Amino acid sequence: MKVGVMALTVLKNLVKGPATIRYPYQPAKMTPVTRGHLVINIDDCIFCGLCKMHCPADAIEVSKPDRTWRLNQFQCVICGCCVSYCPKDCLSIEQTYLPPTTSATIVSVTGPEPDKKEGQGEPVSS
Amino acid sequence: MSKQIIVPFGPQHPVLPEPIHLDLVLEDERVVEAIPSIGYVHRGLEKLVEKRDYKDYVFISERICGICSFIHGATYCQGVEQIMGIEIPRRAEFLRAIWSEYSRMHSHLLWLGCFADSMGYENLFMNCWKVREKILDVLERTTGGRVIQGVNRVGGVSRDMDAAELKRIEGEIPGLRDDFTELTRIFDEDLTVQTRTKGIGILPKDKAWDLGAVGPVIRGSGHAVDVRSTGYGAYDELDFKPVVRNEADCHARCLVRAEELFTSLDLIENAIDRIPAGDILAPVKGNPSGEYYARAEQPRGEVIHYVKANGKKNLLRHRVRTPTLANVPALVHMLAGCELADVPVIVLTIDPCIGCMER
Repeated sequence: MKVGVMALTVLKNLVKGPATIRYPYQPAKMTPVTRGHLVINIDDCIFCGLCKMHCPADAIEVSKPDRTWRLNQFQCVICGCCVSYCPKDCLSIEQTYLPPTTSATIVSVTGPEPDKKEGQGEPVSS
Repeated sequence: MSKQIIVPFGPQHPVLPEPIHLDLVLEDERVVEAIPSIGYVHRGLEKLVEKRDYKDYVFISERICGICSFIHGATYCQGVEQIMGIEIPRRAEFLRAIWSEYSRMHSHLLWLGCFADSMGYENLFMNCWKVREKILDVLERTTGGRVIQGVNRVGGVSRDMDAAELKRIEGEIPGLRDDFTELTRIFDEDLTVQTRTKGIGILPKDKAWDLGAVGPVIRGSGHAVDVRSTGYGAYDELDFKPVVRNEADCHARCLVRAEELFTSLDLIENAIDRIPAGDILAPVKGNPSGEYYARAEQPRGEVIHYVKANGKKNLLRHRVRTPTLANVPALVHMLAGCELADVPVIVLTIDPCIGCMER
């Protein structure tokens, strides 16, 4: 039984400086495989709905008649399940974490009409 | 005899990371009886198995717990693979063992930190979590997720580690071993830790067996009970020896966990030396039909995943027996007769994971 066993460690820590970063003012640590957030390349999407069907968190909604793809980013658990099922490989996961928010962010993306391949929709926050 | 009073402990308590409620029947400052009540974070995850494809459910089974997530996913996959008769590639089993050991280390370091915090030892708490960050960095670098790895698949794993990565991991092990030695020394020798833990929360050897305790709780009471000894997955090829202590008090349970950090490092070194080349994912066709009990050793003890299927894409039943539930009777026994001030320390020595227990 000893007293001051940790004294040396405490002194070392004092000299070494903080072990934490000031997130979100400083960017978070990232690796090439980090799962940050889900994005879609809507031009390639065929609105098959496989991503919606397999999403474990029910975060995706796909409407073929309206040609829209909606993602509730608060509900998405960034598991990558949809990415593995997408037949056109238009879904992907980016490394950056989303910034902190106080309300649910729903990203709604409208695809181009089948005959004219232009006019991508803007993300809408609600 | 003095008058008995009931003091509620939890579900909101500074020492509890997760909500469990205990009604402590006190006589003066001494606990006569502890009556647990659970059900604060039930999410109905087992029911979801009826609505999800059995392959997609892997992601949900990983989210049963935020700390031992990897082993939950791996055990669920193990159950489904056994029903379907899939022999997964040997390399995948080794990778699962490596990630399981990393997840065990991060869980134990988290617990050691919380335990230090329960004794009011903030500085040690921060130190444990600082070391844990190094483990999380390896997990993020190799799987893409810090605490939810998401690499388990029915039939193997989805991500491989190349030779350079394995070498890098092996190179980091001596540094980690030094960090663990320093932490273990503090938990072993420090006056504060010893006064708060030695001779407190005694769980006798025979009582631990009778109450069906698992994991570090029963190993701290002198029983060499560890599912890894059965050699599931890649553990049959690794040199594994369970850590056992006989003191049966809070200090013993703490040191079992601290020593298991070194066991995990040895197992990872072993696995890196012996990992075979080859595929990481076996092809999976059709749907499962049958039932199986899959067992694995989690940081908190033995976990059982029961899966039952009838040939459709949704399973009929998924039942998890988590180690925390098995340790609650032992906790109730340990609390009877202790001082009120020791309750937080004793509650933490079973490493309560309520999110796991209630799912």
